Amino acid sequence: MDKYIEMIRIRFLMMLAYRTNYYTGILIYSINIGAYYFLWNAIYGGKSEIEGLSAVQMTTYVAVAWMARAFYFNNIDREMATEIKEGKVAVELIRPYSYLGMKTMQGLGEGIFRLFFFSVPGMVIVALLFPMEFSADAATWGFFAISIVLSFFINTQLNLLTGITTFFLYNNTGLIRAKRVLIDLFSGLLLPISFFPGWAQEFMRFLPFQGISYIPSMIFTNGFTGSQAVEGLMLQAVWVLILVIPIQVLWVIAKKQLIIQGG
Amino acid sequence: MFYISMFFQYVAQYMKTRLEYRADLIVEIFSDLLFQAVNLIFILVVFDHTEFLNGWSRDEIIFIYGFFLVPFALFSSFFNIWDFNERYIVKGELDRILTRPIHSLFQIILERMELESLFGAVTGLAVMFYAGSRLGLEVSWTDPLLFVVFVLGGVLVYAGIFVMIACISFWADARTSIMPMMYNIGNYGRYPVDIYNNVIRFVLTWILPFAFVGVYPAAYFLGRDEWYGYSFLTPVIGLVFFSLSVFIWNEGVKRYRGAGN
Repeated sequence: MDKYIEMIRIRFLMMLAYRTNYYTGILIYSINIGAYYFLWNAIYGGKSEIEGLSAVQMTTYVAVAWMARAFYFNNIDREMATEIKEGKVAVELIRPYSYLGMKTMQGLGEGIFRLFFFSVPGMVIVALLFPMEFSADAATWGFFAISIVLSFFINTQLNLLTGITTFFLYNNTGLIRAKRVLIDLFSGLLLPISFFPGWAQEFMRFLPFQGISYIPSMIFTNGFTGSQAVEGLMLQAVWVLILVIPIQVLWVIAKKQLIIQGG
Repeated sequence: MFYISMFFQYVAQYMKTRLEYRADLIVEIFSDLLFQAVNLIFILVVFDHTEFLNGWSRDEIIFIYGFFLVPFALFSSFFNIWDFNERYIVKGELDRILTRPIHSLFQIILERMELESLFGAVTGLAVMFYAGSRLGLEVSWTDPLLFVVFVLGGVLVYAGIFVMIACISFWADARTSIMPMMYNIGNYGRYPVDIYNNVIRFVLTWILPFAFVGVYPAAYFLGRDEWYGYSFLTPVIGLVFFSLSVFIWNEGVKRYRGAGN
């Protein structure tokens, strides 16, 4: 266990060494959220609410969705692809830890760094600039905290799955990009899922993506309260468990047919 | 001449490497299409809930998006330099580039080409024609010419901005995560900039002039004559920003001292 905590710590410190460029990052994220703010205001165009969200709730939703993204987002799929392509993975596999576990912990170290040095200060700046609604309810904050941890796991598991496919496809930059685009759309980062037409919502209910962005953001904006929030968390937890299966299966097959392409 | 023959040699080489991983090439083209579809879905879903965006109709917004895709596709094919810092500065690849008798920026562009992104231009044109026909836009003989000029202007705007960001690496010795985020900002040029407040509109017009990649030139074809002045500024802004970026690049290369080992 200690070695995994050490992984988190090392990755955190690594990120800390490069922290300066995160300050510009906060600025750019703020502009990004600001532009969304105006876009959504134009979309609302005087309407008091759309699909149960008021304009202020919508701004909060967008801001929280992007700031939460800084926490759950990581590039471990790309890192895995490079390590597999360069043959470094062979060395990783004989080391005394689980490779996938280690990657997850590195992602977590990155996420914790971004949460404290990026999301929190970014959120403060954005909240000063644009009208937003923060809940005073401790339960909402508690649910939100659990929810973004679960988002992290779902997103990371999907990244691990994409990373593992490098063993079979040898070169999967296209797949990695496709996955990112799909997650942005289906997770509710760009648009709350409740805005989609009914048939699309029905379809998306059976996918793990909404657990990444939609559920935590809805909890934070009080779009989900009480039993709805608990249901959301349950759904996320179920997906975390389900996703373990394909990862383990693919991992076992992958290790058997490992081809080192050089290095 | 030498540069042109160099270009085609790189293209030939590129084809060979790409066809080696055929499955990935197909997935990559598919992922580009998906990306374009996602933005279109955003517009369609949004217009399920509203009639007009500050006086702009659904089809006008779709038209602007279609236009935007064309310069964006050209930009992504030839200015794929978002990992410039990691690849060329941190790993020291720039040393290799600088020993060769072609301009360093041109060579990096050749090395990082992603020609499959050109499919985006096809989608863009299709989207434009779809929206244009629904709006009943008329095509005059000058339109194709102006279209080419505006598209090139837009590509130069994009290229100028991203080359300048890449140049940061020459001065600040840090990994930059700015580039991927800048892609998000670039998207705002696709929406009518009059929906934003003045600060953002100013930024999108004069500082990070992404509005010249989408809405300003498209406004010309949509017959929004109040913005014609901006439309015709597109190639000027493109040339100014790109020249500036090449100048900064040359200065940066002079400063470059190579990575550790």
